[in-house]
Amino acid sequence: MADQLLLNFTWITCISINNKQKKDNMNFKNRTQTNRFQLFSLLGAIVVLSVLFTSCDIDETQVVTNFTTITMQDEFHTAGAPNSDIWSLEIGNGIDGWGNKELQYYTDRTENVVVVDSMLKITAVKEDYEGSPYTSARLITKGKFEQKYGRFEARIKLPWGQGIWPAFWLLGSNFDTVSWPQCGEIDIMEFKGQEPTIISGSLHGPGYSAASSITKSFELTNNRFDTGFHIFGIEWGEDYINYYVDDVLYNQITPEDADGQWVFDQPFFIILNLAVGGGYVGAPNNFTVFPQEMLVDYVRVYAAQ
Amino acid sequence: MKKFKFISYFTFAIAGILTTALVGCEREFSEDITLATFPTIPEVFTDTPVNLTDEFFISFDPADGANVYGFDTDNDAYKGTQAIKIDVPAPNDPNGGFIGGIFLDRGEGRNLTEYTALTFWAKGSTTASVGLFGFGTDFISDKYAVSLNETTLSTAWIKYIIPIPDPSKLAQEKGMFIFSAGTESTGDLGYSIWIDEIRFEKLNTFAQVRTSILGGVDATRQVYSGRLVIDGVQQTVNLGDGSDVTINIAPGYLKFHSSDPTVVQIDAQGEITVIAAGSATITASFNGVEAEGSLTIESKGEFIPAPIPTQDAANVISIFSDEYTNVNIDFYNGYWQPYQTTTSSDFEVSGDNVLSYENFNFVGHQFSNPTVNASAMTHLHMDVLIPSMLPPNARLIITIKDFGANNADGGGDDRTQRITLTTSQLKGNEWASIDIPLTLSQRQRVGQFIFENGGSAVTKFYMDNVYFYKQ
Repeated sequence: MADQLLLNFTWITCISINNKQKKDNMNFKNRTQTNRFQLFSLLGAIVVLSVLFTSCDIDETQVVTNFTTITMQDEFHTAGAPNSDIWSLEIGNGIDGWGNKELQYYTDRTENVVVVDSMLKITAVKEDYEGSPYTSARLITKGKFEQKYGRFEARIKLPWGQGIWPAFWLLGSNFDTVSWPQCGEIDIMEFKGQEPTIISGSLHGPGYSAASSITKSFELTNNRFDTGFHIFGIEWGEDYINYYVDDVLYNQITPEDADGQWVFDQPFFIILNLAVGGGYVGAPNNFTVFPQEMLVDYVRVYAAQ
Repeated sequence: MKKFKFISYFTFAIAGILTTALVGCEREFSEDITLATFPTIPEVFTDTPVNLTDEFFISFDPADGANVYGFDTDNDAYKGTQAIKIDVPAPNDPNGGFIGGIFLDRGEGRNLTEYTALTFWAKGSTTASVGLFGFGTDFISDKYAVSLNETTLSTAWIKYIIPIPDPSKLAQEKGMFIFSAGTESTGDLGYSIWIDEIRFEKLNTFAQVRTSILGGVDATRQVYSGRLVIDGVQQTVNLGDGSDVTINIAPGYLKFHSSDPTVVQIDAQGEITVIAAGSATITASFNGVEAEGSLTIESKGEFIPAPIPTQDAANVISIFSDEYTNVNIDFYNGYWQPYQTTTSSDFEVSGDNVLSYENFNFVGHQFSNPTVNASAMTHLHMDVLIPSMLPPNARLIITIKDFGANNADGGGDDRTQRITLTTSQLKGNEWASIDIPLTLSQRQRVGQFIFENGGSAVTKFYMDNVYFYKQ
């Protein structure tokens, strides 16, 4: 995999030139979409071509999977509560802290979740609430937006500090009938507040979940995730899931990597949440600053043409 | 720690030779040239000092106990051929009990605005704690000094990062590096420190700055008009590995605000001027974000000092005054437990020291080494100020105690003279000058004064110019 990724890096420059030319001939609704399109087609090209090519000459006969059709898009332009046509807010502290011994109680209060200044703002607050020491929020698209395959991405500025655990992830829509991990889980981005330069992308399924999930970390070079916005995304097609941060593809997971059944061929829904504590990050300490904010600029999902 | 300029005897051997050899090649800039900016060279020390104009470490002043013999280089380097090696002396080292100094850019200074941190690698011969590493100290203005205090070294090389709070302030900085080390953490055993690869870097891996003044607390101080400096200015920064580092920074990095500039003013360098009676709170911000902590100043206005004594020094035995040389004093507040509640908050206004007692019930002065022979003296003088309206029952009882033949407190041979001052002698909010004729016949070995409030509401007073005199 390492060799393959190295190849990808050399490819990025070449392919993006091609896409730039393509872009100029197309009409787009707005500029941000244009930029995103440029990026996703670039990554789409990498997926298929990276192993096969060693020069910058693109073989026009190759089939490139481009996820170019917007199927869901929330730019968070309407201030107030999150758009209920897309998002539901899960309330409470779940069972066993949402299965992870998380410490927060999720609410739908403005203090914990609000759309403001064209951003979705999820705030973790230190307060005694319904028997929990912290409050925060968790948004899901279950029953409202579910999709098989495509490009899922969000632009997020992350919070920070020991015990802070924001995530952008997908769960299989059959979660209620087959339960976890049979339903499958695609973690597009998970972050430990105490490691401000590192995020992880993971895949959980039957036989490869929790501690034995398929995971890879990505570390920023001379930068960190809590000082600016970064794009976290996957490109998910039949038999592959590619993980990227900004313009860097850092992992591809295929059925060959899975030590069990590949369950990523059915619709999934999206989750955005900001957890506090739990087994993955450990509890906050005296130096953890509260409140902590996770700011989401947009969530966009594309399907193949 | 005083920071006097002193050039140590230490030079870097190789660099020293080169410097000498190259002196003849130096050329002045033409007068037509205009320098757009000062040099932006990031390196301070690699294998030798880099571009410091000369090669000296400037040591702290040996007069303050700084040891100038412990500076050296060593080929046990983190990178390259040489590292700085510092031998930290034991406190009883005849050449000085601690070591420290600065690397100074002896040119016009450097433009460090494009960097975000000073970094260096260091290790110790033991896991000692080094008092101070930092930059921004030039022994001249120290305007933008930053320090990392009590850094525990490892015996393996570790990279240390000292963030620059606001690089835009360092457009012409001369203080490239400072350290100071003693043996407080090693039980007075000497040890060695190696320092290598000192440079300024542009790191974007630290963030989440939290700034505080007064150590983050809301402090209150009662003062008279005069000057004081804001203290406890700190920043805690989250490093790329997720750990926090706390640095002490010069007040000049912050913006200060006084809630009432007619009472208290504060300048850009954090120097406070109390100009009138009243109350004002000083707060600070860094890059528009309010710093934690504040200083509320309760000003009593202009301090009017006690009258300057006029007795000829030849006729005086002084216990406490700035006008005469005082005898050897054991204490001005012995804090006699368990019944004494009196605390001291002595202060100085424009060079005039004043004894200040709070929570006063009783308190003593003692001068038993040696005791005072007041036989030739005729009076005891003191100036007393009760900083409030005079309570109707105001009392101040003064006991002068002679220790007798055994020259020690107690033993049955002590003799005392007891004087009770009342509202007729004491004053509220102004100095009362008290002159007590000495009636104690035995006064060759006077060793103590005891002051009591006699159960009155006098719980706070100032005292100055306490002396015997001969009329």
